[in-house]
Amino acid sequence: MSYAKSLRCSKCGREYPLEPINLCDFCFSPLEVTYDYRSMSEVVSREAISSGPVTMWRYLNLLPINDKVVDLGTGFTPLIKAENLGKEIGLDNLYIKNDCLNPTYSFKDRVVSVAISKAMEFGFDTVACASTGNLSASVAAHAAKTGLKAYVFVPANLEQGKMVSTAIYNPTLIAVDGTYDDVSRLCTQMVGRFKWGFININLRPYYAEGSKTLGYEVAEQLGWRAPDCAVAPAASGLLFTRIWKGLNELAMLGLIGPVNTHMYLTQAAGCSPIVNAFNAGSLHVHPVKPNTIARSIAIGNPSDGQYALRIARESGGGACAAFDEEIIEAMKLLSQTEGIFAETAGGVVIAGLKRLVDSGAIKRDELTVAFITGSGLKTQEAVAEVVSPITIQPTLSSFIENCADSVEGY
Amino acid sequence: MAKRGVMFTFPTEMIREPIIYNLGRRFDVVTNIRRADVSEDKGWVVLELEGKEEDIEQGIAWVVTKGVRVDPVIGDALEG
Repeated sequence: MSYAKSLRCSKCGREYPLEPINLCDFCFSPLEVTYDYRSMSEVVSREAISSGPVTMWRYLNLLPINDKVVDLGTGFTPLIKAENLGKEIGLDNLYIKNDCLNPTYSFKDRVVSVAISKAMEFGFDTVACASTGNLSASVAAHAAKTGLKAYVFVPANLEQGKMVSTAIYNPTLIAVDGTYDDVSRLCTQMVGRFKWGFININLRPYYAEGSKTLGYEVAEQLGWRAPDCAVAPAASGLLFTRIWKGLNELAMLGLIGPVNTHMYLTQAAGCSPIVNAFNAGSLHVHPVKPNTIARSIAIGNPSDGQYALRIARESGGGACAAFDEEIIEAMKLLSQTEGIFAETAGGVVIAGLKRLVDSGAIKRDELTVAFITGSGLKTQEAVAEVVSPITIQPTLSSFIENCADSVEGY
Repeated sequence: MAKRGVMFTFPTEMIREPIIYNLGRRFDVVTNIRRADVSEDKGWVVLELEGKEEDIEQGIAWVVTKGVRVDPVIGDALEG
């Protein structure tokens, strides 16, 4: 049995049983899993965790799963010291959490692994989601592993790479001919109609908890401490809130010292409702119409926006937006300094990080972790312009003729 | 009868219009406000709509034509 106790409304605090529901009946705010930390603290220890599997499931006792876990080998991804990138942008202690290296190449495997495990516990025979590619691939892959039926709704104009990396797992793939808003609205209407486990709707409180493992892992990989600064992308804002929750749970359980991490969230300037609210000093996140190349984080009406906003403020962190050109440049910079090909959301993080360092918000010596949440391989179109090879004939003379200038010592 | 949770975001020029009252009268939709913040120049209201599915649909379409932004209360269901 897990140590999960109830679902609690993040706004009014009302409690609900651990069921497939995501909203408070009274104030319509999101529900969050609460735990019995006293009992949990009796079984978790650094040693017990470190001797667990080399996946996110080494933190099983901190997650809301009672039964069998559905695992593709997700998590415990590398935390690498980014010396080259750090030198470029002016940081002495920069680390990259590389979550491209998950089974379906994004951090979504963490959340989906928990949500699908929970869907099995609740007895659903079908799961569903609406996605622009990363979530759909992860849901389809986990469903394939369990034998659950999967309905995956995507916008009809989705990039080919994302279509293929979802379709290969053979879900029922539905391309909706409409805008992103249309797809979103359609799925909202379906929740009441079908007895399905909607991964990011009625299973959302459990889904959310998967992201805590990013916080746990970073702390463990840093030798059981929280970083001074964390820089992460924000779409719905959920990931950002759960990195924070993860760090604070470890502190509460006595596994790390007090958390003084400054939390910085980054968004693309073409879809930055949370950054706008931060800059305006507002408590409410006003929805926007997205228009950015960073499609995987282009959420105009972020469901956890106000909670992410609060954490950015209360942790003494901040919020920062990056323009599309900066995002592309940052993707190249990350690739060409650290060998990590991230998707546009990763470009947003690095571009945002650069701005935060330039503005003096993040200091040179602060131990900073940048969260890279998805691989660039699925959306190669974004940076297709980098391909300009030197074309030669298959002869030595042709090589010398065309390339001699760049060969040292020739 | 269907129920739908929605958030209306009002631009400045719509603040003085009785949109929610008219929605209820014209489309036979019961409106039930759960949370709101309205000032003189902008505002948002989170509310539940209850009625026939097609009445809710038509009502929302009408609200949108008035220049009010309508979002699902759960936020965007479409994710990355």
